[in-house]
Amino acid sequence: MERLKSIQDLDGLRQRIIEKRKELRKRIRVCTGTGCHSQGSRRLVDAFQQELESRGLTREYMVIPTGCNGFCACGPIVVIEPEEVFYQRVKPEQVRAIVERSVVGDEIIEELLYVDPTTGERIVHEFEIPFFAKQKRLVFKDTGSNYVTDIEDYIARGGYSALAKVLSGMKPEEVIDEVKRSGLRGRGGGGFPTGVKWESCRRAHGDIKYVMCNADEGDPGAYMDRSLLEGNPHQVLEGMIIGAYAIGAVEGYIYVRFEYPMAVKNAEWAIKQAKDYGLLGENIMGTPFGLDMHVNRGGGAFICGESTALMASLEGKVGEPRGKHIHTVEKGLWGRPSNLNNVETWANVPLIINNGGDWYASMGTERSKGTKIFSLVGKINNTGLVEVAMGTPLRTIIYDIGGGIPEGKRFKAVQTGGPSGGCIPERLIDLPVDFEKLKEAGSMMGSGGMIVMDEATCMVDVARYFLNFLVEESCGKCIPCRVGVKRMHELVTDMCEGRARPGDLERLEELCHAIQETALCGLGKSAPNPVLSTIQYFRDEYEAHIYDKRCPAKICKALITYVIDPDKCTGCGLCRIKCPEGAVIGAKKECHCIDEELCVRCGICMENCKFGAIYIE
Amino acid sequence: MERNLQAVDEIIDQWGAKPESLLQIMLDVNHHFNYLPRESIERISKRLRMPISQVYSVATFFKVFSLKPRGRTIVHVCTGTACHVRGAPKILDRVKQDLGLNPGETTEDMALTLETVNCVGACASAPVVVVGGETYSEMTPNKMAEIIKAIKAQKAA
Ligand SMILES: Cc1cc2nc3c(=O)[nH]c(=O)nc-3n(C[C@H](O)[C@H](O)[C@H](O)COP(=O)(O)O)c2cc1C
Ligand code: SF4
Ligand code: SF4
Ligand code: FES
Ligand code: FES
Repeated sequence: MERLKSIQDLDGLRQRIIEKRKELRKRIRVCTGTGCHSQGSRRLVDAFQQELESRGLTREYMVIPTGCNGFCACGPIVVIEPEEVFYQRVKPEQVRAIVERSVVGDEIIEELLYVDPTTGERIVHEFEIPFFAKQKRLVFKDTGSNYVTDIEDYIARGGYSALAKVLSGMKPEEVIDEVKRSGLRGRGGGGFPTGVKWESCRRAHGDIKYVMCNADEGDPGAYMDRSLLEGNPHQVLEGMIIGAYAIGAVEGYIYVRFEYPMAVKNAEWAIKQAKDYGLLGENIMGTPFGLDMHVNRGGGAFICGESTALMASLEGKVGEPRGKHIHTVEKGLWGRPSNLNNVETWANVPLIINNGGDWYASMGTERSKGTKIFSLVGKINNTGLVEVAMGTPLRTIIYDIGGGIPEGKRFKAVQTGGPSGGCIPERLIDLPVDFEKLKEAGSMMGSGGMIVMDEATCMVDVARYFLNFLVEESCGKCIPCRVGVKRMHELVTDMCEGRARPGDLERLEELCHAIQETALCGLGKSAPNPVLSTIQYFRDEYEAHIYDKRCPAKICKALITYVIDPDKCTGCGLCRIKCPEGAVIGAKKECHCIDEELCVRCGICMENCKFGAIYIE
Repeated sequence: MERNLQAVDEIIDQWGAKPESLLQIMLDVNHHFNYLPRESIERISKRLRMPISQVYSVATFFKVFSLKPRGRTIVHVCTGTACHVRGAPKILDRVKQDLGLNPGETTEDMALTLETVNCVGACASAPVVVVGGETYSEMTPNKMAEIIKAIKAQKAA
């Protein structure tokens, strides 16, 4: 470890790191992102390490635990550099063979390769896989190849050169100008122009100002912020240091939800390393500029992602928001000027400084510049994190990158914007995805969750799901949200459970508009969105629930029955044995049937029938 | 309780007895005991010189805190959006039925607590259940029933 005493020192350090690495022949990247981690990738890291040690090969070969590679559907993922041979679904017992054949040797292990489902071809290299080839990876580029807890790896790839550039002569105003020219807008949901926010905060009066990073990521189904912070914390940190310089802040906070222990750990680790290297703390790289940084854990409340609630929580109070008439850039944390940006927003900053605002603005659409990371999940083949230029058509994301819908089912809609967003139906599949277009379609960008739904997803149930979420997460401070959203939830629950009456749909719509206009903060104001957008595009489904007491997608339990097809039933009796409720009756080798009274609609019988004899009516 | 309060004091000392440390202190205390014992709340209130009502308001506001002791193993069923559309409700129903618990409840022998979470970030392998820290992915009601059976058997042994 060496402390940088001047800006020029950074280049020297980088050269030395690169020199040191020349001895390395290959690097084995093991994804330790949340997806792969849940499939046991930590054990892979240990197994590779042991294997290399026992062969005495740790000088020439190195195992590196990385952040999320992005193609989570294929996890656990192992990539061998420099060739970038991509192995999927790797198990610890395969480690020895990989080291033997593909690390020490140059052989390719066919069985571990990714198979393109459309052509049936095995693909060797990461960059040739369609999932990656169709993306534009800039912000997320290094997350899956970066050694998560090693600042030197970040520096070797040119890390902190943007900070060096800023500190070697750019005035704060010039930095702000560059960010304004880039057209970067907040990635946390609101899409507010980042440069403009920085400028207001710079101009605000006060000796002590703060920069903050919003890593609360409350939107269920979205995990790009966590993955960025976990996998490449220095990129986020570098963005924050540059922002602090531009704004004139002396202290920074990273607010991470406690459910992300790894993100907390890696962020703390990164801060410590940056301090050790003289990139944080007093006299950064020998200049007069200094910045202190802390990590704070949130308590798992969705509302704490909202800026004023987040700051209240940082002060040790209940995370309730306040009205927006006072801007946090002027009076935020402890009543002082505070600039809050999202994780991904901060991670964009070093790229903009290195390549220039004009370069950045050359990507994207007229009013949405650059790229956006989406978490592509739900009923889609290639689940994972994808980064595309703003304005990329939905079709490209769902089909070319996402590989379409599993089991040959039909695409129905994609939900974006989380609990504040809406559903985009199939007929808008060619919609270019940017801030404006999503809004026009009745949804919003949000933090970038894209939950794909197929024909077997009930849109009324989806609306109920989000309302239930919002009822639980409403902080209760204002009445429209506390009571109104609850009433909406009751109405929609009635629909799902077959109790709805004519006129309920109209009542629901009326409530939506009232809440939109009167709620205090963004949570309440946008709470009706998931309902309104599903009514807009799937009104017939609501009507089927209300008037026909029918759930077309066959999801709502009160409106369906499990039935055995006598033509297909062989009388094997498996369903009878498996049914936890004893609801299946029938003698061996004779057609079985289900007692509707006893059946709790758990679906276990259907899952077990090998003859496909059970269906839902 | 003497010994327990010592742990609380240590946590407070580590963060500093300042109001802005409240949430961080409470998170650590909650983690230490698996819940927030009443004595610990009183102690925090006294040492941070803030009304006990403020500590309680934070304790009831955030989902992470529990005012009741929780079971030795916690079953977390993810009910995030990705898990929901891939069938999380059926998984949750299964657990509720088999354990006879609603989310937030604990079995009488203090062995298990059932909780739901809004997303554990493993959406790619939805639906996901975390049992005692171990993640189970691509769940089905069937698989869930097996896991519960295994836990119950373990308990009996
Ligand atoms: C209810 C609610 C929840 C929010 N949750 C988040 C969140 O989890 N992460 C986030 O970055 N922004 C969230 N926001 C947006 C923040 O209030 C704020 O606009 C954002 O962090 C600013 O950063 P940006 O300009 O870089 O997007 C939320 C807003 C509302 C109203
Ligand atoms: S499992 Fe299928 S085939 Fe066997 S008895 Fe049940 S319905 Fe009939
Ligand atoms: S749905 Fe569940 S309860 Fe009903 S018959 Fe099938 S297995 Fe039994
Ligand atoms: S977690 Fe490994 S690819 Fe996403
Ligand atoms: S929604 Fe269940 S893991 Fe993300």
